[in-house]
Amino acid sequence: MDRALPLFLRGLLGYAGDMELMNVRNLACTRGGAAVLEGVNFTLSAGQVLLLRGPNGIGKTTLLRTLAGLQPAIEGAIETEPDTITYGAHADGLKSTLTVAENLEFWAQVYGMRDINPALDAFNLQNLKTRDAHNLSAGQKRRLGLARLLVTGRKIWALDEPTVSLDMASVELFADAVRAHCKAGGAALIATHIDLGIAADLLDLTANKAKPRDLAGFDEAFE
Amino acid sequence: MIAILIRDMRLAMRAGGGFGLGLAFFLIVVVLVPFGVGPQSAILAEIAPGILWVGALLACLLSLDRIFALDFEDGSLDLLATAPIPLEGVVAMKALAHWLTTGLPLTIAAPFLAVLLHMPQNGFVWLVITLATGTPALSFIGTFGAALTVGLKRGGLLLSLLVLPLYVPTLIFGAEALHRGMAGLDATTPLLMLAGITTGVIALLPFVAAATIRINLR
Amino acid sequence: MSLWEYANPRKFMQTSGAVLPWFAVLSIIFLSTGMIWGFSFTPEAENFGSSVKIMYVHVPAALMAINIWVMMLVTSLVWLVRRHHVSVLAARAAAPIGLVMTLIALFTGAIWGQPMWGTYWAWDPRLTAFLILLMFYLGYIALWQAIDDPETVADLTSVLCMVGSVFALLSRYAVNFWNQGLHQGASLSLDKEEHVADVYYWPLLISMAGFVLLFITLVLIRTRTEIRARRLAALMARERNQ
Repeated sequence: MDRALPLFLRGLLGYAGDMELMNVRNLACTRGGAAVLEGVNFTLSAGQVLLLRGPNGIGKTTLLRTLAGLQPAIEGAIETEPDTITYGAHADGLKSTLTVAENLEFWAQVYGMRDINPALDAFNLQNLKTRDAHNLSAGQKRRLGLARLLVTGRKIWALDEPTVSLDMASVELFADAVRAHCKAGGAALIATHIDLGIAADLLDLTANKAKPRDLAGFDEAFE
Repeated sequence: MIAILIRDMRLAMRAGGGFGLGLAFFLIVVVLVPFGVGPQSAILAEIAPGILWVGALLACLLSLDRIFALDFEDGSLDLLATAPIPLEGVVAMKALAHWLTTGLPLTIAAPFLAVLLHMPQNGFVWLVITLATGTPALSFIGTFGAALTVGLKRGGLLLSLLVLPLYVPTLIFGAEALHRGMAGLDATTPLLMLAGITTGVIALLPFVAAATIRINLR
Repeated sequence: MSLWEYANPRKFMQTSGAVLPWFAVLSIIFLSTGMIWGFSFTPEAENFGSSVKIMYVHVPAALMAINIWVMMLVTSLVWLVRRHHVSVLAARAAAPIGLVMTLIALFTGAIWGQPMWGTYWAWDPRLTAFLILLMFYLGYIALWQAIDDPETVADLTSVLCMVGSVFALLSRYAVNFWNQGLHQGASLSLDKEEHVADVYYWPLLISMAGFVLLFITLVLIRTRTEIRARRLAALMARERNQ
């Protein structure tokens, strides 16, 4: 909160800095009341793709949810301008009784965008436009879920295993979309285990596994 | 925000959306009561206001867990919580959509069912007035209850247990206003109290419910 | 020294462990004095017969049923504002006691009501209000049972307690409006003429003090249990993570 005002003023003055979109310092996050990650540091600049690595259960999803603002960090700071990040979870947030176009139009309206056609084109969904979402295959649903990213207009994509149930061709579509997004000044933060074929930096979280905290702390004797 | 309203209405109307279920439930409750109580029209006319109000309340309760549970399961709620629309607005729109698909049809259907219970005809106007004033409160209070239980797999029963006590004042003032109106007495006080509860919960509970959802999502 | 120091679980455990036996002994003394005096050494009332003596259980239980909810409201607010775990655990510990107090008040009231009004139950505003209070206690306890995550459930129950309090007050007003009752007014009051006669006054007051002390004893024991359970869970989580 104490950072919000200067950033806001910077925004007013049109100061874009060195195109750093997100700066995370010494972040610690919890899952189910227990600390899972600590001391996470990274910066994300425009055009950069950062891949999150680490064994299952290390807290990649937790980190992404924390960055998206869905849960509070227990320590550290996330510096970013408001409304820059969009979160893509395991679940796609699709309504099975709405058509592909209706699903996408809804999210476009929520994010104040008008045109859904670029998104449909990017993920090869034009010919499925009028089909109900429950008649889509798993991979097609995933493509629709990813197409949602394009109608948010947000600069940072925080994605959790985006390529699950995608075939090779669709993974290629996704990689193209990420490349185009980065070229346009966006950035992506992706938790994935497969090689996307995108020039990317790696952030290995293995070393950030939270150590047990001191039991003596004031009013924190439960952690 | 209108987009959310339209989407929720659309979802409710489409297959499996549950629109009409509440209405059918209301009908069945009202039909079952004479089977239990007996067909004497004097007794039925006497208890009709209470039956109609309790029936409408239960029908409202029936569809509450749909408000957030489905959006929670398919991940939409996460996405809505990070969207540029304030979550309070999302909650208010969802409550409004619930009222439009549940409370409003119930209000319109109630006079027809009142005929089955031999309710005196001068009561019909009061029935519609009190239900129209009171059912929005039921939807908004219910939305708060749904927000509390959103993370639970089988939250339906708990939801009823949490919401029903909160419905007590609305039910008392609603049914009382109806009774008084039918009897030709002055119904101003209970009606004003009912309207007060409705406006109060519309103004305040979306904030509480949004805070509750944020707690449940983290 | 500040009150908030006791919000530290460690400090709370030390202090509560030290004072607990005293509260236990005091509550036994007060309760037995009040009960024996009240039941054995007070005259039977003119219109009430010996049934009046149930008052020494009924009135304090009813008083506690309401006050425990108020205490839960206060500790829930403290949790929401200052995030002290002990505070919300005290609210959790108090709820079942409040539920039992409400049940005692309802049952003794029914037993008393039969000879007095000729019926076990009447939809009198006070009785109805207690029935509604019972539902609020049940909902609050059920919500605690339903969710695992300690912070989430603490927040949710606190919010429910706050909203519930508002609606409980509304209900109280609503049932008053709905049915003017046959229950007598407050048993003890400073400014009203019609309080109970002096012979009953002292034993009733002692019984009330006994109930308050009993509540403090029970809530301390239960809060200590909750803290230990929470520590155990934390230690097991720690074990798993290593």
